[in-house]
Amino acid sequence: MAQKKSAGYELTKGIIKENPLLILMLGTCPALAVTTSAMNGLGMGVASTAVLVMSNVVISLLRKVIPDKVRIPAYITIIASLVTILQFLLEAYMPDLNASLGIFIPLITVNCIILGRAEAYANSHGALYSALDGLGMGIGFTLALFFIGSLREILGFGTFFDLPMPWITEGGLQPMMIFGLPAGGFAIFGIMVAITQKLSKKYYSQRPQATMDREHFPGSISQRTDVVFEETEVHDGPRAPRTPARDAVPPAETEPGAFARQAEADGESEESK
Amino acid sequence: MKEFLIILFSVILIDNLVLSRFLGVCSFLGLTKSVKNAMGMSVAVIFVMLVSTAVTYPIYWDLLEPVGLGYLQTVVFILVIASVVQVLEAIIRKGFPPLYKAMGIYLPLITTNCAILGVMLINIQETYSFMAAITSSLGAGVGYMLAMFLFAGVREKMDKADIPEFMDGLPITLMAAAIVSVSFMGFKGVIENLFG
Repeated sequence: MAQKKSAGYELTKGIIKENPLLILMLGTCPALAVTTSAMNGLGMGVASTAVLVMSNVVISLLRKVIPDKVRIPAYITIIASLVTILQFLLEAYMPDLNASLGIFIPLITVNCIILGRAEAYANSHGALYSALDGLGMGIGFTLALFFIGSLREILGFGTFFDLPMPWITEGGLQPMMIFGLPAGGFAIFGIMVAITQKLSKKYYSQRPQATMDREHFPGSISQRTDVVFEETEVHDGPRAPRTPARDAVPPAETEPGAFARQAEADGESEESK
Repeated sequence: MKEFLIILFSVILIDNLVLSRFLGVCSFLGLTKSVKNAMGMSVAVIFVMLVSTAVTYPIYWDLLEPVGLGYLQTVVFILVIASVVQVLEAIIRKGFPPLYKAMGIYLPLITTNCAILGVMLINIQETYSFMAAITSSLGAGVGYMLAMFLFAGVREKMDKADIPEFMDGLPITLMAAAIVSVSFMGFKGVIENLFG
């Protein structure tokens, strides 16, 4: 919060560096449930992005009006209303997508990305930057869902956006049903997380310290991640001289456990359901 | 009776909340580091699930649906769940301190646990009777507990294993979840053979 971030940074940080799904591990339920095809993944991503941008803007505009004590119920009500509006729009204009996403459209309400960004960002920033933050995070989420959906559709059904892919299936690769089933979802997701963590390590070690400055708000996800960082890394030493050895643990690797520890410690952490 | 048993078994084993419907995956990955945490969270989830079903079911069918406000279910349900969690927390803290010690810290996490809202919405979607909805919620909760318990056991073993650096941490956890999920696929067809 100390230094002003550029608009471009807000827009792109969600893609790898703070990818909500693959690094911060938020919103895993829709990511696994609806990604049986590329189209579903894309649809879910765009729907969540729309809600995320709108909720960030609304919450940012109302941040001085909402009393601090009841902010979480207020946020949830705002988000649930936006989701209801979105559900109407989808029912009217994209009934097919609405049917295949089914129950996961109303469940966008409890997607921790949205409440997490409201609490961590929109809470303390202006409407424009909040919209950019929402858009950036949404893009990262959409890309992740799209990749998982594409992989599962190609490997599991031999199609891409419902078009058959003869140049894969005729090459001797039989569609493997397992990837269309829940088990394949977990497996593909695991591999995607491993690859993103690898990329993220590379990205971190190339960047100088200055750009890695994280925002510090009370209760923010970034702050929780920083707690993990402090636990696993040297406290005051600069990051650069350290070799990217096994001990350079990226946030997501330790995060679930850290959330649990955090939960034990203070008994409140709305973002980490 | 048979109808309830079919619902119960299919929700626990075949349509397992976590492993085949992907509801509550965040807590499934986050709170299964130890069996103790997993069980505490599961008990809290079962509790909240049953109480919120008992509250949301009449609200939807007797209040919202007759006046054509069924589309407000998302907003109403999430508020009901949040209030139920708050009230339960207060009651347990005052009345049953040992129970609060055991599951109190998990209660706030439950508001945003999509398992609860998901089960409420499924119960409405399937147009269950009241008792069937309660049975389905109980089954969903027990299924969640089963998945949490099994997976926590797997993870405790995994701590001692030598895992390749590339897969260490979350990726290997997800792969293990995939294998646990495969094992649950083996229950397909059990219901037909049990109940005809």
